[in-house]
Amino acid sequence: MAARIIGTGSYVPDRIITNDDLAEMVETSDAWIVERTGIRSRRITETGTTDMAVRAAKKAMENAGLPPEELELIVVATSTGDCLFPNTACEVQADLGAEKAVCFDLSAACSGFLFSLNTAKVYLESGAYKTALVVGADTLSKTVDWSDRSTCILFGDGAGAAVLSSTEDEQASWNRGIGDFTMGSDGSRGGCLTCRSTELCSPFMEEKKTSGFMTMNGQEVFRFAVKTVPRSIEEVLKKAELSPNDVKYFILHQANERIIASVAKRMKQDTAKFPMNLAQYGNTSGASIPVLLDEINRKGLLKPGDKLVISGFGAGLTWGATLVVW
Amino acid sequence: MLEKMKEIIAQQLNAEAEDITEATSFKDDLGADSLDLFELVMSLEEEYGVEIPSEDLESLTTVGAVMEYLKAKGVDA
Repeated sequence: MAARIIGTGSYVPDRIITNDDLAEMVETSDAWIVERTGIRSRRITETGTTDMAVRAAKKAMENAGLPPEELELIVVATSTGDCLFPNTACEVQADLGAEKAVCFDLSAACSGFLFSLNTAKVYLESGAYKTALVVGADTLSKTVDWSDRSTCILFGDGAGAAVLSSTEDEQASWNRGIGDFTMGSDGSRGGCLTCRSTELCSPFMEEKKTSGFMTMNGQEVFRFAVKTVPRSIEEVLKKAELSPNDVKYFILHQANERIIASVAKRMKQDTAKFPMNLAQYGNTSGASIPVLLDEINRKGLLKPGDKLVISGFGAGLTWGATLVVW
Repeated sequence: MLEKMKEIIAQQLNAEAEDITEATSFKDDLGADSLDLFELVMSLEEEYGVEIPSEDLESLTTVGAVMEYLKAKGVDA
């Protein structure tokens, strides 16, 4: 039994915030932001995570040609759901009318979509479910301190989705589908990228623990990414007995152009094999990989048999890489 | 050590190895920004098997300063 991606979809909000817009709010400039990050603009939502997730999900379901009543599992990767409960996946289910599906969210920040994809793959391969919708959706704009120029330039909002189906075709099981993966976590280094959720306060506490904005040690995160991403990609390729030259595209979490360029250099691969859309959208956390995957898919760049490596990395710290044979 | 360092620096910062001396400043002479320095430091860590914490980077402004630093860490090359 193998799990295959049979459709993709994405949604980004209409509201565009350019680097020049930000330069009016904090001391920064378009040139500085572009040189350090490659980001030129980002999209900001006025409707929130669930709305974006639903829009991306509907496009993916349409692309897959799967009726909602045949959906058995919905996993939404998000760290910024509109509600603490119900989870975002249940809200997506209600909107789609996917009554049969079991629904839960998965929190792994920028690695969230990759972790969710692997989770769904394992459910499908086990035979527990036959179809799954995996969504990555985040509203980073509500976690960012818009007066902090070191972080507010980096992030944007969006959502992307993929529909998975299991296939019992023996040929397909080794030929096409979601293949080997590797994932890792290091909670001891979690402090370099954090955001508290609701405040801890009850009448029984003397001091409240307040909620706050995102904080990031950009230098440590950069070093973590540049070191860990090539390692995890090499690990997954080794498992699959492939070389980087066999891979058509490396679809990396869109955090920063400099990270992606550095990974390409370390892997001695042409940067043209590392598609990017962060110039338009910034870092959209759990959404970045499925939005990029959908763009590539809709441009017709993926042919059956093409090998892709998807790589996520972010807060936790968390990271992972997955081989997909299209 | 200087020859090997020149090679690593030239490769990481897209510079010409023959232009690099102990007095070369990463920022002023080679136009490196903080992210370039992180990449360079990571290559040095791999090459020499040492750990260079981010807080030490501020003092590592020239090629000579890095060589001194590595020697103090016990790197013998």
